[in-house]
Amino acid sequence: MDHWIVAPVVLPAFLAPLIVLWMRFDLRSQRVFSVAGMTALVALAIALAVSASTNGPEVYRLGNWEAPFGIVLVLDRLSALMLLLTSVLGLAVVLYSIGSGWDKRGWHFHSLMQFQMMGINGAFLTGDAFNLFVFFEVLLIASYGLMIHSGGEARLKAGVQYVVYNLAGSTLFLFALGTIYSVTGTLNMADLAQKVAVMPASETGLLRVGAGLLMLVFAVKAALVPFQFWLPATYTNAPGPVAALFAIMTKVGVYAIVRIYTLVFPAGGTIGWLAQEVLLPAAAISLIIGMIGVLGARDMGRTVAYSVIGSVGTMMLAFAQFTEGATGAGLYYMVHSTLAAAALFLIVDLVRERRGAAGLAITPVPPIRNAGLIAGMFFAGAIAMAGMPPLSGFIGKLMILDATRGQWWLWGVVLVTSLIAIVGFGRAGSTVFWKAHAAAGDQPEPTKDASSPGLAFTATGGLIAGLVALTVFAGPTTAWLNATAQQLYTPSAYIDAVMVGAYERAWAATSGHEDSHADEPAESHAPAEDHGTDAPAEPASGY
Amino acid sequence: MEALVASAVGIMTAAGIYLILRLRTFPVVLGMAMLSYAVNIFLFATGRLAVNLPPILGHAGAETAGYTDPIPQALVLTAIVISFGMTAVVVMLSLGAFIEAGDDRIDLGPEEKK
Repeated sequence: MDHWIVAPVVLPAFLAPLIVLWMRFDLRSQRVFSVAGMTALVALAIALAVSASTNGPEVYRLGNWEAPFGIVLVLDRLSALMLLLTSVLGLAVVLYSIGSGWDKRGWHFHSLMQFQMMGINGAFLTGDAFNLFVFFEVLLIASYGLMIHSGGEARLKAGVQYVVYNLAGSTLFLFALGTIYSVTGTLNMADLAQKVAVMPASETGLLRVGAGLLMLVFAVKAALVPFQFWLPATYTNAPGPVAALFAIMTKVGVYAIVRIYTLVFPAGGTIGWLAQEVLLPAAAISLIIGMIGVLGARDMGRTVAYSVIGSVGTMMLAFAQFTEGATGAGLYYMVHSTLAAAALFLIVDLVRERRGAAGLAITPVPPIRNAGLIAGMFFAGAIAMAGMPPLSGFIGKLMILDATRGQWWLWGVVLVTSLIAIVGFGRAGSTVFWKAHAAAGDQPEPTKDASSPGLAFTATGGLIAGLVALTVFAGPTTAWLNATAQQLYTPSAYIDAVMVGAYERAWAATSGHEDSHADEPAESHAPAEDHGTDAPAEPASGY
Repeated sequence: MEALVASAVGIMTAAGIYLILRLRTFPVVLGMAMLSYAVNIFLFATGRLAVNLPPILGHAGAETAGYTDPIPQALVLTAIVISFGMTAVVVMLSLGAFIEAGDDRIDLGPEEKK
């Protein structure tokens, strides 16, 4: 699996310009290549997941530079899980956008999708904190394009808010990285973990500031309270399939929190319990605000957007425990809530397409085309999202409750907010789908329909089928996810994979180079150009 | 020099934060530019301030008069390129919103306030 680790980044990076430059005016081949690319990404992610579950963390050195000097990609179980989730979601979204005709309503939908996949995959794979920033920017700049796809006043205005909020977040990210670099002199995550662990507690003032700033940045991405304000307007105004893809974007923030605060700043380590003390209340308040938002929303898009905030809060309750068992439960809930949120956004888009002028307002209008099927899918999605049996949301919440046994106030928060969410979804669904029959007859049935709704329904149904599969195979999935959590809480394997022997190999490569100059001492003050031209060959000579 | 650099970063950050809290897109764009200048100088200073020193080490064993850390220079170069691109994106986006809506208010219309 040596070079395959970089493939989830390289493949979309090649496909995206190919789609822009070669088939700009040919929608059919754009669609073919986009679907083929997404399918290949799913296959790659499965292969990498199989590899990650049999081997320990695997390292890919970009340009064959050794770890603290060059950038590494690291594949472990968590990265593989996130890659798989991203690619499955990407495939469903592309199929839906083809089926519903969204990709025809503006330029460059498919190439932006590929750039988006490149950024997300890179963020999940990278083992370098600054490289994480770069991939965040790649995925954000693609998401800016996708967010305003097909234009419109409200969408552009919401887009400006989204962009400005995220640019402010990126600036904060740079401040955090700069602060951490000024203390540790490195940004490689494994190297950081080693250096932070041996730092005397009296010297960690600036480091704590850096760790705290980093937490704020990831909280912005994950839409944790008090940084959730960008999410409802963005997700409601984004095109339906894009909102569904954005379901993974909040998880990028969650992933970064889990990665950094188990590897670099483990709870109880050099920076103490800082992360837990901040995260737990933020998660609980996110959950409460999200679910109250579900109840209070006046349109279906916002109902689902607020449920995303609530679900991020739920999973962060589990992750903020910083124990193996709770993290396993949180990972299960994360997979579930990503699929559920994406399915709900697609269903909401199906409704919007068919209601015409009424939009998404939760008011009764005459029945829409395919009302029975859409209502059924919304019912399933809402059950999953609210956490009622029999779907995976129930199992996920049950595992989180089990993992937080003893913290009864958390049980209270989770159970009461679940009830609020059930009422909120129930009100939205019954008004939109059931009261429609009472309002029937006032207006002719809308005739506008998507170009090939079969594919759109297949993609949406596929995501719900994923939820059912997650429920049916909850046993094996949980076992795999618990092993993932176990790997997260033994960070030495990750650190060893990156760092063991790295300095020796780098030194061997450098000293080999120096030896060639040893017989001509005048060269030891060689100018910079000499060093620059020779440098790229150095690491290779060590092998 | 430390005081100069630190106050430059601080003042530009303060100005940037003030500007991005305005309700019109033009000051917000200026504020984003201010913030990115501030963070670029801050990143540059994270390798400690040094004057007239090369960002390269001499060959092993050779006496060097000292060097300045090259990594922050590489980081700041990346950050400058990214923030430049992002500024271009946000300018185009606000222009688009201005042309569509006819005003450059940053908050959403009254129909969104629900």
